Amino acid sequence: MSKSWDVSEISKWGWSKHPVGAVIPEPATTNRYVTGGWRSLRPILDLEKCVHCFICFIFCPDSSILVENEKMDGFKLEHCKGCGICAQVCPKNAIHMMNEAEALGLEQCLLPDDDKKDKKEDKSA
Amino acid sequence: MTKVAAMVGTDAIAEAMRQINPDVVPAYPITPQTSIVETYAQMVADKLVDTEMINVESEHSALSAAIGAAAAGSRVMTATSSQGLALMWEMLYIASGLRLPIVMTNVNRALSAPVNIHCDHSDSMGARDAGWIQLYSEDAQEAYDNIIQAVRIAEHPDVLLPVMVLMDGFIISHSLGRVELLEDQPVKNFVGTIQPPYSLLDTKNPPSFGAFDGLHGYYFEVKRAQAQGMLNASAVIKKVGTEFAGISGRSYDFFETYRLEDAEYAIIALGSAAGTARTAVDELREQGERVGLLKLRMFRPFPAQELVDALSHIKAAAVLDRSDTLAGSIGGPVFVELRSAFYEAEKKPRLYNFIYGLGGRELDINMMKQTVETIQTGMSDGVVQSSVAYLGVRE
Amino acid sequence: MAIKLSEIVKQKELLAGGHRMCAGCGAPIAVRQVLHAAPQDAQIVVSGATGCLAVSTAIYPYSAWQTSFIHSAFENASATISGIEAAYIALKKQGKIGKDFRFVVFGGDGGTYDIGFQALSGMLERGHRVLYVCYNNEAYMNTGTQRSGATPMGTWTTTSPYGKGSSGKTQNRKDLTAIAAAHNIPYVAQAAVHHWRDTVAKAQKAFAVDGPAFLNILAPCHRGWRYPMEKTIELSKMATEACIWPLYEVENGEWRLTGKVQNKQELRGYLKVQGRFSHLFKPENEGVIEQMQEFVDQQWEALLVRCGEK
Ligand code: SF4
Ligand code: SF4
Repeated sequence: MSKSWDVSEISKWGWSKHPVGAVIPEPATTNRYVTGGWRSLRPILDLEKCVHCFICFIFCPDSSILVENEKMDGFKLEHCKGCGICAQVCPKNAIHMMNEAEALGLEQCLLPDDDKKDKKEDKSA
Repeated sequence: MTKVAAMVGTDAIAEAMRQINPDVVPAYPITPQTSIVETYAQMVADKLVDTEMINVESEHSALSAAIGAAAAGSRVMTATSSQGLALMWEMLYIASGLRLPIVMTNVNRALSAPVNIHCDHSDSMGARDAGWIQLYSEDAQEAYDNIIQAVRIAEHPDVLLPVMVLMDGFIISHSLGRVELLEDQPVKNFVGTIQPPYSLLDTKNPPSFGAFDGLHGYYFEVKRAQAQGMLNASAVIKKVGTEFAGISGRSYDFFETYRLEDAEYAIIALGSAAGTARTAVDELREQGERVGLLKLRMFRPFPAQELVDALSHIKAAAVLDRSDTLAGSIGGPVFVELRSAFYEAEKKPRLYNFIYGLGGRELDINMMKQTVETIQTGMSDGVVQSSVAYLGVRE
Repeated sequence: MAIKLSEIVKQKELLAGGHRMCAGCGAPIAVRQVLHAAPQDAQIVVSGATGCLAVSTAIYPYSAWQTSFIHSAFENASATISGIEAAYIALKKQGKIGKDFRFVVFGGDGGTYDIGFQALSGMLERGHRVLYVCYNNEAYMNTGTQRSGATPMGTWTTTSPYGKGSSGKTQNRKDLTAIAAAHNIPYVAQAAVHHWRDTVAKAQKAFAVDGPAFLNILAPCHRGWRYPMEKTIELSKMATEACIWPLYEVENGEWRLTGKVQNKQELRGYLKVQGRFSHLFKPENEGVIEQMQEFVDQQWEALLVRCGEK
C-alpha cells in the first residue's frame, strides 16, 4: 500500500480537499479509529489456561483477538468493545471480564509514561 | 468521411453506442426507449460490440448496476424513459453524488397519471436538480452527436458527473431523419479510454464507495464539491463541442441562435419544438416581423449569464415549456429559470411562458406563430396578460 | 476440506476492527466467518445494502473493509454488484484486469427479504457469479427494531407491538432460503453464527460455485432481541436446537441437513431468554407459543422430508 491517507485534520478540510465523491481511497482505515473506549468490561486472558484453539478468534465481532506466532496473544484493546463473547465461548474458561475502570487503574500503574499519552490522543478520531 | 443515413432516433443512439462500445450496458425496456435496448441487444448478440449487457429486472436496478459498473472503473451507458426515469429517481442522486460518469439517453415521455406514452419533458425536467448534466436534442443527428460528446464530458476529471441526453419520444425516437454518421475510428479516438479516479477493481488500494457521512458531517463539503463539478462542466461542454466539430464539421454550444441578432421578439425552445419554431421564424420574417429563435441545448448546467447576454436586446420572448412545474402560476421549468436568470439584468425582455405539448399534444407552426402574436399584442397593448399560458389545451 | 482455525488465523483479516457495530453484534461475526472462507488469492468486492452493517463499517473517512466496498442504497445491493461483476468480466476480457475477483453482498433481512427482494431475485435469475449473504437478525434493526418478512410470528417489534389487541407479529415469516433455492442456483444454504465450522464450510462451497450462491445466516442482535450481549453465540445455538433455524444446504438442487439435531428443544426455552418474546408468557397471550411451536414443527418436519431424513 502507498503512503496512507492522512485524515488527522479532516474536520477542518475545505470542500476541495475531500476525495471526489467522498470515496475512502484506501482500505481498512478504521485501523486508526478507536472503539476501545466503548468498553465497560475488559477481557483478560489467562495464558496458563489457554490452549490456543482460536475459538474466541472466530467469534469476536470486532476482529480483536491478537494472534502472534500462531498463538493467542491477548486483545486489540483499541478495538475491543468488551462484549464478553470471547469469555463466553472459550472452552477453557481462559478469559474473564474485568471492570474497565479497574483494569485501567491497573494499567496506569504498569505502563510507561509514553504509552499513556498515546492512548489519550487517539480518542479524538 | 461520413456516411449519411435515414434513421429513427433510437437507431441513431444505438449506433453511437456501438461506436463508443461501452464496457457495460444495464438496461430495462420501456416505451419509447425500447428499440434502443433491442437494437443494442442485437449488436451484442452479433458481436459488434464487446459490451457486457445486463438485462436487469427494473430501471432502478438498471441505474444501480450502472453505478456498480462505473464504480468498478468501467464505461457505462444506459437508456430509459418516463416511468423508468422516475423509478431511477433515488439512484440518479447517488450516481451524481458518487461522481460516476454514466451516460444515459432519456427518450422523453410524459409521466403518469394518466398513463401516456407520448412526448413531453415532465420526466427529465423533474430530474433537473438530480445533479446530472442535461443535453437536449432537436433531432436524431443531435442526439447522436450529443451521446458521443456526453462520454467525454462526463468523464472529464474536472466534471465527473453523469450525463443525460434527451430526445423527444416518437417525434425524434421513432421518426426517420437524416443522420450523418461518423466513421468508427474517429469516434473511438474522440471518446478515448476512461480514466476513473477510483475503482472497486483496484487491487493496490481497494476503495470504499458510498460511506455514511457519520457524525462529523462532511456532506455539505461533498455537495459543494459536486456543485463545482457542474460549474466546471460549462467550460468542458464548450471545449468538447468545439473539438467535436473537428471530427464532424458540426460544432455545439450551450444553445444555438437563429436570426436572433436583430430580432425584437424571440422564441425559446428546446428539443424537437425548435425545428417547428425555426420554420415559424422564417415565415414571420417573410411577413416582415423581426423574430428570432434561441434553441437551448444545455439545460444543466443552466447557462444563465450567456442566455441573458444573448437575449437582453429582445423586447419580448415566448418561452416554451413542454412540462409544467404544477406549482401554481409560476410556469414551466425553462421559464422559471430563465426569468430568474434575468432578475438582476438591467435590460430584459418581457417573458411569456407557453406550456405546450403535454402528453404529446401536437405543436404546429400556426400555434408557434400564435405565441409570437400573443407577445406582440401583449407588448403593444401595454396590458400585461397572464405570463403563463397553456398552448393547445382544449378549453 | 478440513477447516482449521490454526490456518484461518493466519489469513488476512478482511473486516478490520474499529467499525461501529454494537458490541456483541452477530452481523460482523457472520461477515468474518464468510470472508475467512474466501479463496486467499482472490480479491474481494463487497456490496452492502443499507443497514446496520453498511452504515457502521464505512463511516467516512473510516472504512473497516480491507476489501473494496460499495454501499449505494437499500434495495439494490444485488443490482449494484451485478454491474460490478459485469464490469469485471468486460475488463478482464479486454485484458485490463489479471487478478481473480470474487463478489459478495451483505444485506440484512430488511435489505434481503423485503426491500431488496426484487433485485436479489433478478441477480439470482441472471446467474451472476456473486455470493449473497443475508445477515439475518429478524427485524429492521438499523432503524430501531421494526418487523420484517423475516420476523417470526409472536415477536414484539416497534411496528408489531403487543397490546390489548395484539400479541406481537401476527404473520409467520417467509421462507426466503427456500425461495432462493427455487431459483435453481448452484448453491443455497442456511447457517448460523454459532456453528462457525458449518458456516465457513458453506461459504467455501458458495465461493467455489460458478454462479450465484445465497447464504442466509442467523446473526442475533441483542438490542432488538433483548438478551445480554455476551450471549449472541448461545442464542444462535438455541435457535438451531429448537429447530426454529435449521441448518441445511441446497447444492445443485439437492437438499441436505447439515446440522443434525440430537435433542430437539422446545421453543419455549428459546423464547424465554429473549425480551422480544416476554409478552408471550403473560396469561393474555396464552396459546401463541403453541401456535409458534406448531409452525416450527411443521416446517421442521417438511425440511426433514425434503432432506431425505424421513
Ligand atoms: S478460546 Fe480460550 S482457549 Fe481458545 S484460544 Fe481463545 S482464550 Fe485460548
Ligand atoms: S470482549 Fe468482545 S470485542 Fe473484545 S475481544 Fe472479546 S469478543 Fe472481541
